Amino acid sequence: MTHARRAAKFLLDEARTDWHDASLWHVRSKRDGSISGIPEWESLRQLGSDIKDNVLSNLDAYLEEFEERATANGVIVHWATDAEEHNRIVHGILQHHGVDRIVKSKSMLTEECGLNDYLETQGVEVVDTDLGERIIQLRSEPPSHIVMPAIHLKKEEIGALFHEKLGTEPGASDPQYLTEAARQHLREKFLAARAAITGVNFAIAETGGIVVCTNEGNADMGVHLAPVQIHCMGIEKIIPRAEHLGVFTRLLARSATGQPVTIYTSHHHRPKPGGEMHVVIVDNGRTTQLGREDFRNSLKCIRCGACMNTCPIYRRSGGHSYDYTIPGPIGSILSPGIDLKKHGDLAFASTLCGSCSDVCPVKIDIHEQLYKWRQIVSAEGHLGAAKRLPLLGAGTVLRHDTLYNFVGQAARTALRLAPRAAVYHRFNAWGESRELPEIPRESFKQWYARTQNPPA
Amino acid sequence: MSSKTTILQQIRDAKPAPRRLPNLPPDPSPDPAGWEEAFREVLAASKATFVAPQNLLDYVKGSGARTIVSTVAGIDGTLDLLAIDDPLQLAGVDLAVLPARLGVAENGAMWVSEAEAVHRVLPFITQHLLLVLERKDLVGTMHEAYRRIDIAATGFGVFIAGPSKTADIEQSLVIGAHGPRSLVVCLR
Ligand code: SF4
Repeated sequence: MTHARRAAKFLLDEARTDWHDASLWHVRSKRDGSISGIPEWESLRQLGSDIKDNVLSNLDAYLEEFEERATANGVIVHWATDAEEHNRIVHGILQHHGVDRIVKSKSMLTEECGLNDYLETQGVEVVDTDLGERIIQLRSEPPSHIVMPAIHLKKEEIGALFHEKLGTEPGASDPQYLTEAARQHLREKFLAARAAITGVNFAIAETGGIVVCTNEGNADMGVHLAPVQIHCMGIEKIIPRAEHLGVFTRLLARSATGQPVTIYTSHHHRPKPGGEMHVVIVDNGRTTQLGREDFRNSLKCIRCGACMNTCPIYRRSGGHSYDYTIPGPIGSILSPGIDLKKHGDLAFASTLCGSCSDVCPVKIDIHEQLYKWRQIVSAEGHLGAAKRLPLLGAGTVLRHDTLYNFVGQAARTALRLAPRAAVYHRFNAWGESRELPEIPRESFKQWYARTQNPPA
Repeated sequence: MSSKTTILQQIRDAKPAPRRLPNLPPDPSPDPAGWEEAFREVLAASKATFVAPQNLLDYVKGSGARTIVSTVAGIDGTLDLLAIDDPLQLAGVDLAVLPARLGVAENGAMWVSEAEAVHRVLPFITQHLLLVLERKDLVGTMHEAYRRIDIAATGFGVFIAGPSKTADIEQSLVIGAHGPRSLVVCLR
């Protein structure tokens, strides 16, 4: 199924679509308010982008430096070329300690690797502890947003879910009440867990430490109570020096939710006394993306979600319509590189308005990459007939001047005379939700010739 | 070939030409009054509250907290942190009073490391948190903050910028997600 089909399903409930759209736009507006307090915002974005450019050009050396320092700090570093190896490594650590229940805080990488499913088939109970993640885990759903995983759900649905799973009052939907219920439920899990897994926002080559940003404090509750802590990171999470955290912590939360900084910015450098600390460094397709000159910039992403919040397509189609771990504009430039046939249509899930590139805190040229993916999708023959055939025709017409003039004239006449059914039929997806503008009697060329010629 | 060697080799084959690291902005010129105002404002927006230094003792006494731990000189707790070896024993703490090493005016973040917290989980597991910060330890921006602290000096350190919170249910702000239900700051 294509993105357009899945989006069409989402759009069936118009009121809900409007609500979703407004929720995301609200977050985008908070971002705008927050950055207005930073006069040097644009130069800060440039710094973020420049640091990441340096990182990509020196990634191997930074990763080696990181491993060396981390190992000296008593951290155990692992390397995984793909998702499967990542999952096996994590499971191996748990097995070694005889752990059969773990708590996990938000990590898009473990989503990407399908870690939860893997561990569950191995008999390990995984409890996601971020409130939004716990909600969708209880619903057996993937996240619909990378920062706000349950943004697609209404409080009444969450109330019904908690009533069923956590025994809250029937019909109760007050966010305060529901959050308190989750707090009690998850506190038990934190106290019982023998191992904790987190994602990584930044890994620092210079110090061999990692940084995790949260608002709820769930990552820290897990990591500091469990004897074994495991942090999973993609190779692109590395930054050169501690001072660069100044740039990225200023950019991240403001772009994500409009907060001046996340409530907790936690820096882990050594295992706790008597504990063990592991870092798993994962490639899983990233080095391939690094080799694609046109697309390697996508690896600069700090996962703030701003491009989703601003995207007119994301806001009106929902995260699940992308059918990829990372939805929205950034997901649409990452996923075609993973599986062009399956995800190539995501390159078209955009108006190319460029709003994503405008808000991106590390200045990724997202909309330009979408455009480039479109060309690749088309060249590789993955374009659906509904898009391919008209474009083929248009290409021919645009190359020939007389033909162009003739077709223009013919279309203006035909569209005036043709019955509606000729334009609005089931083969023309474009006509499903759009009306043509009124047809002008003359072309722009004709109008120009008539009005701009100096009177004789 | 080990996975490490494979990954590093693939990076070397794929990476772009060298790009220089940019220079970071210099520290802003000191503005203690402006910084304090900004610090208070941004923390208040994050639902933190303030207690004046002369009221600190009374505040702790009158807080109603049964189990109190403190690493601030002059404030006595009811539980001796050094006598605790398993962090799970901290599950019943109502109020933790800790010094913060540094505060950041632009976002209200305060640095608390393992040295101040003794047990890493303490600033998170406590129901309520009180941080004591010296005025002289206020800086303007995060750039300055990272120049002033050594993040690797202890095994763990955290910037705290408010009570724990979530907005995962319909974007409604709820204070007290998994960590402290309140944050009180004493600037002295
Ligand atoms: S691409 Fe840019 S805007 Fe989108 S999530 Fe990544 S950093 Fe944020």
